[in-house]
Amino acid sequence: MRAVQELAVRNLTVAHGRHPAVHHVSFRLAPGQKMALVGPNGAGKSSLLHAVAGLHAPSEGGIEGAGQVALLPQASALDRSFPLSCRDAVLLGLWSEAGAFRPIANPGRVADALAAVGLSGFEKRPVGSLSAGQFQRVLFARLLLQDAPVILLDEPFNALDARTAADLLEVVRRWHGEGRSILAVLHDLDLVRREFPTTLLLAREVVACGPTEEVLSAQNRLRARMMAEAWADDAAPCARAA
Amino acid sequence: MIWEGPIWEGLVGPFVEFGFLRRALVGCVALSLSAPPLGVFLMLRRMSLTGDVLAHGILPGVALGFLLAGLSVPAMALGGLVAGLGIAIGAGAISRATGGREDAALAALYLAALAVGVVMISWRGSSVELTHILFGSVLGVDDLALLMMGGAASATLLFLAVAWRPLVLECFDPSFARAVGVRGSAWHLGLMALVVVSLVAAFQAVGTLMAVGLMMLPAIAARHWARGVGTMVLVSVGVALAATLSGLLLSFHADVPSGPAIVLAAAALWALSLVFGPVEGLAARWWPRRHLEG
Repeated sequence: MRAVQELAVRNLTVAHGRHPAVHHVSFRLAPGQKMALVGPNGAGKSSLLHAVAGLHAPSEGGIEGAGQVALLPQASALDRSFPLSCRDAVLLGLWSEAGAFRPIANPGRVADALAAVGLSGFEKRPVGSLSAGQFQRVLFARLLLQDAPVILLDEPFNALDARTAADLLEVVRRWHGEGRSILAVLHDLDLVRREFPTTLLLAREVVACGPTEEVLSAQNRLRARMMAEAWADDAAPCARAA
Repeated sequence: MIWEGPIWEGLVGPFVEFGFLRRALVGCVALSLSAPPLGVFLMLRRMSLTGDVLAHGILPGVALGFLLAGLSVPAMALGGLVAGLGIAIGAGAISRATGGREDAALAALYLAALAVGVVMISWRGSSVELTHILFGSVLGVDDLALLMMGGAASATLLFLAVAWRPLVLECFDPSFARAVGVRGSAWHLGLMALVVVSLVAAFQAVGTLMAVGLMMLPAIAARHWARGVGTMVLVSVGVALAATLSGLLLSFHADVPSGPAIVLAAAALWALSLVFGPVEGLAARWWPRRHLEG
């Protein structure tokens, strides 16, 4: 693993047309920090994560240290009927190392990664034959091979049974123990309180960011809930926009 | 002796006897090796309709070449290439502008392209020439057409050898591909350019309207036989080779244009795959077997 650097998001605005998914968001993810990203539906959590991963170009502001991240997308965004074996799906995690045509060094790593997420012997199974939980385990195995210093997780435990969620949470703990930084979009606030010392509460803007118990106060959560979920076509131009 | 019997005379004799049929066979075999893999990737990207649009899109360019230079292969091919690349870029822009809900706009685009092409050819050409351009003719496969087919096939196979990983990655998880720095749009543009080149190379033998059939039908049929991209590509090539051989024989014996004959054979193989293929085949639904232990 490369050395972990700080990830700094400064005054970030990500917009769909003129409507901001998030605007004027600033926060820091220190090396080795484990931070939860929470907020109501439509708060811009995934958009923020995607911007940090380089999928959305910011309309304003910027991100420092973004070159070291690996993203776990929402499993529902992928085509699970795609004709790919688990082995090949996991191997895609080696893109930055192997590129388009360099040979893959030590392909045994795939079996190790699958074993680490509880899928020993699944190499040849088509991803289309997997349950939702097994598919999520495959995506975690791909993240393992990416070996990135900063890991972004978009709703990693959604729609999983308790056993799978616990197993994958253990993988997250292991990453944290290795000194990696973790930023995870989560909805289960009990889990956030148990596992994540710091939290960013988002409602298109930062409502609060800091120690989890302070951030998740009743007052802050009420403020976040006040955010209108739908865009308003008659909204006034943002006074802080450049 | 088998090589003296009716089977020999029906299946092999025409290719031994007629040079033009051998040339068409060689050209179509080359395209059968290269076009179906492109079709597999178009299908996996849910862009089967785009292949059809491109096939129609080259027609106005071919027609312009015909208007300016008559039935000249280089002029029609150049026109088709320029028009096809233009439509490929236009279809991509429509897809981006509509957030992937491009089917209605693409349907409008290919109807317009077909109408413009047919009107242009009708200005100067006869119905025979129109049929030749739309549906192909084995007699049209001269040395230049054969070189184009071989060249398009070679370029496609080389491209696929280099672009296999990024194309698979981009098809399966485009967000992840972008996040890890795969230049998805560059590989995609390469794929679309080769689709156009293949369609242009094929139009002498199978016609502008039918060229896409040799690309898409074997790919769609292969989906019913394979659970991996690699196997799917191999099966699609096998289906295309079988369709080419049987289609050319059908064209010869039944005296029908080669393009529809080859596409008809490919469609028959697709129908068989749809019914009897082990992956989502209809037979498995109609006659369910005893379920397994696990």
